[in-house]
Amino acid sequence: MLDDTDRRLLRHLQADPGQSVADLARTSGVAASRAYKRLERLQAMGVLKGQRAVIDWRALGYAVEVSLRVSLDKTEPRAFDEFIAVSREVPEVSEIQTFLGRVDVRLTVLARDMRHYQEIYRRRILTLPHIVDVEALMHVTTIKDVETLPL
Amino acid sequence: MIDLDDTDRALLHALQGDATLTAAELGRRAGVSQSVAWRRVKRLTEAGAIRGRRLDLDKEALGFGVTVFLGVKLAAKGRASLEDFERAVTAIPEVQTVQHVLGRYDYRLRVVARDLSDFERVLRRRIMTLPGAGEVEANVVLSEERRPGPLG
Repeated sequence: MLDDTDRRLLRHLQADPGQSVADLARTSGVAASRAYKRLERLQAMGVLKGQRAVIDWRALGYAVEVSLRVSLDKTEPRAFDEFIAVSREVPEVSEIQTFLGRVDVRLTVLARDMRHYQEIYRRRILTLPHIVDVEALMHVTTIKDVETLPL
Repeated sequence: MIDLDDTDRALLHALQGDATLTAAELGRRAGVSQSVAWRRVKRLTEAGAIRGRRLDLDKEALGFGVTVFLGVKLAAKGRASLEDFERAVTAIPEVQTVQHVLGRYDYRLRVVARDLSDFERVLRRRIMTLPGAGEVEANVVLSEERRPGPLG
């Protein structure tokens, strides 16, 4: 379904999503008209779903980022659904993942400072339903953050 | 730090969903004119509020069926070994995110792989052999949701 040309285009595009199709075609060694057609096809197939802007939360005054690893009460069949539904209502929660492993759910929580974090933690996180255990990893620095695929 | 008003927040929120929106469309969504939208986005970008763009790809369709979050604890602590570890882990193409954290683990990694046996290969050959790598905990991602965050 996808050939080497598709992969090459996506590989170069994910390295610099803002570039023009003409530039992308040049770096990928593909004719511009062919690159246009391929990108259109990848979009139509749903492989290339779009482009998102990445917000720098520190620049907006959110200096604290915490990764909360949550264990839920598995005797409660609706634990995951109810926990996630209420988590969505907390604006400072920027990511929600569910897992197969020792951790059930992970939340990324953003806060302006430690005092703000403590307030969110006490009022909005500890009150989430069906929590058995919460463990926090406090973010110090990001060494790598690309989310590109090794195509 | 940048102070945001409601227009800035609306613009950032729209760009989080689709970074390719035109100034005209952004203006419509934020309830301002095209030129105001353009100027605001320029200001936000120059002030560093927008770090860049990211492709939203169907990972499964491209053959990457597994995403795993790893917690890694270093065995021997020391400044030199932290740097060696960071340099080596950053070079692994399957490792998308590396965060230095405080808590039960020293590093948090996000790893993509084709399937579980491909992940096992990456874990055994690339991660476990990293300089200073000690205890490793793996959690396989079942679902993931990105939220707009505190823009409201």
